[in-house]
Amino acid sequence: MKYLPLIWRNLLRRKVRTIFTLASVFIAFVLYGFLMVVQNAFSMGVDVAGADRLVLMHKVSLIQLLPISYADKIRSTQGVAHVGYSTWFGGTYQDKANQFAVMAVDNDYFQLYPEARVPADQVKTWLADRQGAIVGRASADKYGWKVGDKVPIQATIWVPKQGNTWFFNVDGIYDAEKGFDTTNFFFHYEYLDENRRGAYGQVGWYVLRIDDPSHAAEIGARLDAQFANSSAETKTSTEKQFLQGFVNQVGNIKAIIVSILAAVLFTLFLLVLANTMAQSVRERTSELAVLKTLGFSNGLVLGLVLVESMFLALLGGGLGLAITYFAVEGGSFNNAFLPVFIMRSRDIVIGLLLCCALGIVAGAWPATTAMRLRITDALRRT
Amino acid sequence: MLRWLSQTLAVSALSVRTIPQRASSSAVAMVGIAGVVIVFVAVLSIGEGFRAAMQDAGAPDRAVVMRAGADSEMTSGLPGSNADLIKEAPGLLRVNNRPMASAELYVLVDLNKRSTGTAANVPLRGIEPEALQVRNEVKIIDGRMFQFGTNEAVVGRAANRQFTGVDLGSAFTSGNLKLRIVGIFESNGTVGETEIWCDSRLIQGIYERGNSYQSVLARLDSPASFDTFKNWLTTNPQLNVQVRRESEFYAQQSQVMSSLIRGIGYTIAVLMGIGAVFGAILTMYTAVSSRTREIATLRALGFNTGSVLISVLAESLALAAVGGLIGGLTAYVAFNGYQTSTMNFQTFSQVAFAFAVTRSLLIQGLSYALAMGLVGGLMPAIKAARLPIATALREL
Repeated sequence: MKYLPLIWRNLLRRKVRTIFTLASVFIAFVLYGFLMVVQNAFSMGVDVAGADRLVLMHKVSLIQLLPISYADKIRSTQGVAHVGYSTWFGGTYQDKANQFAVMAVDNDYFQLYPEARVPADQVKTWLADRQGAIVGRASADKYGWKVGDKVPIQATIWVPKQGNTWFFNVDGIYDAEKGFDTTNFFFHYEYLDENRRGAYGQVGWYVLRIDDPSHAAEIGARLDAQFANSSAETKTSTEKQFLQGFVNQVGNIKAIIVSILAAVLFTLFLLVLANTMAQSVRERTSELAVLKTLGFSNGLVLGLVLVESMFLALLGGGLGLAITYFAVEGGSFNNAFLPVFIMRSRDIVIGLLLCCALGIVAGAWPATTAMRLRITDALRRT
Repeated sequence: MLRWLSQTLAVSALSVRTIPQRASSSAVAMVGIAGVVIVFVAVLSIGEGFRAAMQDAGAPDRAVVMRAGADSEMTSGLPGSNADLIKEAPGLLRVNNRPMASAELYVLVDLNKRSTGTAANVPLRGIEPEALQVRNEVKIIDGRMFQFGTNEAVVGRAANRQFTGVDLGSAFTSGNLKLRIVGIFESNGTVGETEIWCDSRLIQGIYERGNSYQSVLARLDSPASFDTFKNWLTTNPQLNVQVRRESEFYAQQSQVMSSLIRGIGYTIAVLMGIGAVFGAILTMYTAVSSRTREIATLRALGFNTGSVLISVLAESLALAAVGGLIGGLTAYVAFNGYQTSTMNFQTFSQVAFAFAVTRSLLIQGLSYALAMGLVGGLMPAIKAARLPIATALREL
């Protein structure tokens, strides 16, 4: 601790250099934060998927519909605690660009998703209202919807018997922790089925909660076997696998992010910091020799340089992480397909560890040079 | 003026020639800028490749007819009677009195990606015999065209390359669907190559679609006939359809993904650029301070401040240009033509495409590098020009 003033003095020796090094390191970690946010968005909530939820879809493709009669058969399968179903509605609000996930669901659907918090009285209103809808906070805020509003949605897939517009009453608004999608718009399946022109009695997919997550594979296999050789064969997977399926479809985003991150950290962080430390040690050759003459051990000199490097890394990087964190709190991509916009605490911990590690790597060579310095040579050099 | 110019050139040449003496700190600026250019060009080449695969698919003399309100072929639906009526529209190209239009269905099948072994939504398109005359750029490159009225199918070159289970000669089964792949086609590297094509009647049967279709692709007798064609269809009370030029249709279908990739790409590039400018400033300050005495001597000899200022900028720009060139070339060699596929959010289906490092991207990358060099060199250049000669000469 008593060496801190010494380190501090060294950093202030060339203020311009310290400031621009810090700035570069800072930007590197703002970018790190941004890239993590992008990756989290593209991982589509896989991290927060419910372990006790399974998704049962048509074997050929998610766009193929399943008969609603499956609900009872699934419900009576051993190990299944609760069954719900959902149908993709598509739809746009006012402008074709205003898209969000609109889904027609069964009445008990919200029991499957305790993450989505809806006030009990709003659920009650919704259950009593055929044209009712429950919408997510993010969409409600974006479009200015309040409970009681009447909302017209333009049909894309399901054309109503008359015209091209469906009308819904906003009966409730659900909230959730950050990381859970709150852009969705849910309404009653019965309302869809009574008013669409065809495909009656068919739903998009089933969501089921099971008693014991460790039995997911067996229950899935049992269900799929039950519907094998029917006109609509099924594929059951855990919610995590289901979401991971989408992530895989988009491609290897993670590899792209990691490559970019490597380029960023190498060019903006490692290179700049290492160069700064090397220059700093070179300038201080005689000073370091004096310190050694005064009895500072080789190890102590090595440590001083390393701590200086790590200090720069942590200060710049930490500020970068903090700024991104607060920016993320208030922001979003404003993209209907990537509603999740978060920085996880894990990202911050990894970021800080990266700062330390890279600070050591950047300082390693200059610190070793400083350590190996022979007093007589160093003093003679100036 | 001439004297000023020759002074400037002489001093600039001196600073550029002495760069190797400041190798390590110069490398920081150069590699930093090269890194930015690599990332910038690479990320945007993804967007560029995707855009090319989608937008080049559309021809101005073709029109896509879908149900009004549908946002993609997948969400559209047209009764067979509508399809027949659409083929009677004026402006449609007719060969031997046959309308050059193909009523089509568009469904998805799950195939596994070769690269990861994971499932992907691959479009299966049901076409009519006129389809190949409507899309005259399509060529069968291996095997043969399928026979209508059978369960034969042809697969696009990119789908064949990206996904398993659709090799030439193989049988493909999915649910009740059984297809025999008898040929591979290409269509100039565009989105069509990610599809599998078979007889539209086959899909109607297996997918229980009755006599209905999802879209009609029509060849017009000239691009100018589009309005005639469109007006006839949209004013016909028997129809409830939307008509779009195929080029506009595909441009719209790629909008979300393209702007997403561009948005992320530019954000990364701008942030990285700012960081690299800091690195460049650091480098140039080091360069100026290591040459303090030299610069002061030049000034004492009568070289003017302008030439000193420009010489520092010249050094910075030279480093940036080299960095930009290295970055651009590396990105080109490493990424141009790299084959991949992704899911288009708007159509929910896979699009195979190749990263495209275009000339315009390289020019943008190099310009960006020079801009970074200019900004990075400015402050140090001013500092150099303002050096008080007397104190500077006294410095070590």
